[in-house]
Amino acid sequence: MSTDLVVILGATSAIAQAYARRRAAAGVRFVLAGRREERLKVVAADLVTRGAASAEPLLMDLSAIGAIESAVETIHARFGPPQEIVLAYGILGEQTVLERDVAAAQAALDVNFTSAALWQLAFLKGREATQPLTTIVIGSVAGDRGRRTNFIYGAAKAGIDIFVQGLAHAYAGTPARFVLVKPGFVDTPMTAGFVKSGPLWSTPDRVATDIERAVRRGARVVYTPWFWRPIMAVIRRLPWFVFRRLKI
Amino acid sequence: MDRNTSERQQVYAWGRLQPRAHVIVPAAFADEMVAAIRASDKRPLLCRGLGRSYGDVALNGGGYLLDTARADHFLTADWETGVVRAEAGLSFDALLRVCVPRGWFLPVTPGTKFVTLGGAVANDVHGKNQESAGTIGCHVRRIGLARSTGEMLDLSVDSPLFAATVGGLGLTGVIVWVELKLLPIRSATMDVETLAMARLDDFFRLSAESADWPYTVAWVDSLARGPSLGRGLFMRGRHADAGALTPHGRKQIAVPHVARHLLNRGTIALFNYFYRTRPWATGRGTMHYEPFFYPLDSLSDWNRLYGRRGFFQHQSVVPMKNAPETLRSLLELSAEGGEPSFLTVLKVLGDRPSPGLLSFPKSGVTLALDLANRGDGTRRLLDRMTDVVVAAAGRLYPAKDATMSGEAFRAGYPQWRQLEEQRDPALMSDFWRRVAADAA
Ligand SMILES: Cc1cc2nc3c(=O)[nH]c(=O)nc-3n(C[C@H](O)[C@H](O)[C@H](O)COP(=O)(O)OP(=O)(O)OC[C@H]3O[C@@H](n4cnc5c(N)ncnc54)[C@H](O)[C@@H]3O)c2cc1C
Ligand SMILES: NC(=O)c1ccc[n+]([C@@H]2O[C@H](COP(=O)([O-])OP(=O)(O)OC[C@H]3O[C@@H](n4cnc5c(N)ncnc54)[C@H](OP(=O)(O)O)[C@@H]3O)[C@@H](O)[C@H]2O)c1
Repeated sequence: MSTDLVVILGATSAIAQAYARRRAAAGVRFVLAGRREERLKVVAADLVTRGAASAEPLLMDLSAIGAIESAVETIHARFGPPQEIVLAYGILGEQTVLERDVAAAQAALDVNFTSAALWQLAFLKGREATQPLTTIVIGSVAGDRGRRTNFIYGAAKAGIDIFVQGLAHAYAGTPARFVLVKPGFVDTPMTAGFVKSGPLWSTPDRVATDIERAVRRGARVVYTPWFWRPIMAVIRRLPWFVFRRLKI
Repeated sequence: MDRNTSERQQVYAWGRLQPRAHVIVPAAFADEMVAAIRASDKRPLLCRGLGRSYGDVALNGGGYLLDTARADHFLTADWETGVVRAEAGLSFDALLRVCVPRGWFLPVTPGTKFVTLGGAVANDVHGKNQESAGTIGCHVRRIGLARSTGEMLDLSVDSPLFAATVGGLGLTGVIVWVELKLLPIRSATMDVETLAMARLDDFFRLSAESADWPYTVAWVDSLARGPSLGRGLFMRGRHADAGALTPHGRKQIAVPHVARHLLNRGTIALFNYFYRTRPWATGRGTMHYEPFFYPLDSLSDWNRLYGRRGFFQHQSVVPMKNAPETLRSLLELSAEGGEPSFLTVLKVLGDRPSPGLLSFPKSGVTLALDLANRGDGTRRLLDRMTDVVVAAAGRLYPAKDATMSGEAFRAGYPQWRQLEEQRDPALMSDFWRRVAADAA
């Protein structure tokens, strides 16, 4: 049996790297997709040092919707079918800016939802029915309820949530599996502008541990850290007259 | 959640004495470290690794703090020769996890593995094998250094800037990557022997008798006085020949934030008594490298045990000929001070030279002890201890110090001016402001 092929979309993401380092120890092969060549090379060398059998950068803008199908074909042709796909790229954007700039809002939706959904379709299309495939999608607790401070990002993450639910339903009983990861606040470059103190902030390593465990246990949805599940359960149920006053 | 890119954040050093306000600049890749020093404006910059320095060498109040710990990629590794090059933010913890299964170990390690390569080089750290192995700087082959001029330098051992950077307290530039030669091992296990010390003389005798043990250190019961001053345990170890190459685990017990000031005279007396007299305390055996090198690492945030006001560490080295007398006065002073030290450690240092200009270790004996902060009284006690050290031709370790005067520093490190000359003008620390700025 040849070693597993793991395709990481957004391989320079802090969360993706933390997860990939754990997988590297098992000697898997990586395809590392992203748009910064130098950094992809650094991540590749790092993962090989940590035990990966190989790590090949794939340089592209992952939200370039027209290039998705041919990229998937290239991956299949060069490396064979993947056993695992990790969708980790994303942009947070500045809500107030996005609300006023329709083109920027479209770009944010294309990155966080449209392209992310299409990548999954493209990989599933090329897959043989018996081939096991685990797709790990990083959503967000922001997708659990629309909030004034981030509903454009949140809507994209909610969309991907429904999309992954649907795929899991469609592929139930097959060796195709889907894991939706919902992190809370994670200390990564994406949140560089925030003051990161307080018990709600987590680390990429913590998130990666939870992802690994979720994959191992066959979970479909994982809130990380776990306490976001009850927190979001409450936030989703807050009556409107309370919710509308919250500055979150 | 507030977005406050330019707002300052309060940052503590390991001793948790006084937080200082900084603008934090995070770096996740080498290119961001280089960009940070190139972009620096009038406000001074300083790098921070994992913040394990006790005093103020890693603080730069009012300035920028470049957070390097996420720039932690391996760049190259040759597992035949044990030469590894990695970004400066790589921790010893992460490095060990990767190199131990491949039969390699850190050539030198401090008493915690939560330090970065950059921080270890900037303080030129030493470990229990200092007599034979010297400092970490003795095992560094090349350093990638970014300067505010925009240069990215590849420094080899013979470059003057290499010497200034090893033990350079983060002032010569941003260390972007470090190339290190590792130590081959056959097993993750250590052969260890622990012997009782009834008094200070035993420490000197056992140190002299341990030439064939690369790792030695002594723990001293800070409450022992009079004839039993220096009572404690002498530990020595070497890498075992047999055993698996299993790296350490991830388990850590967190110190709850409510556990304020758990370390006081009563608990320390109790601990010291049991630690010294438990039946398995002395003898020969084997243990994994983790408890041997890093006994405190299993407790995360143990520095909070000293309570809200934080704590000081005194670490000094004095020449061997003055050591017995000086150590006696230092131990007596600290015992008089009221609050006993929880961890008091003695170790003989050898004369293997470090390439570093301002390296702390020199031939003699080093003493390290912690003191809870009780305000001015504690500071006065530390000043008296510093005076004793300086009078004995010794010096203090900047990585631990929070109180020494500029005179005491400059007496211990007469070569400090050379570092000041090589300092990158964009870089500054609270430590350097304290000990050098007034004389520069
Ligand atoms: C429990 C414990 C035990 C210890 N035992 C020992 C011991 O046995 N021997 C010993 O020598 N020390 C010991 N120390 C001290 C510790 O090893 C040093 O303080 C070490 O330098 C901390 O590394 P750090 O990554 O946390 O660096 P920090 O404390 O964050 O920074 C230390 C210095 O390095 C500079 N720096 C950090 N990164 C860079 C960079 N990329 N470029 C330029 N400058 C940089 C900072 O500006 C600062 O001056 C111990 C500390 C603790 C907490
Ligand atoms: N951090 C959090 O608090 C948090 C919380 C919930 C969910 N998440 C989700 O977690 C995932 C990982 O984010 P992170 O926290 O690890 O942040 P990160 O380190 O900033 O990673 C985001 C990555 O996405 C890449 N990217 C964005 N747009 C791209 C595009 N068009 N083409 C190629 N790459 C692109 C970025 O690459 P460049 O460097 O080239 O821009 C970056 O590497 C994201 O989906 C995010 O939404 C994060």
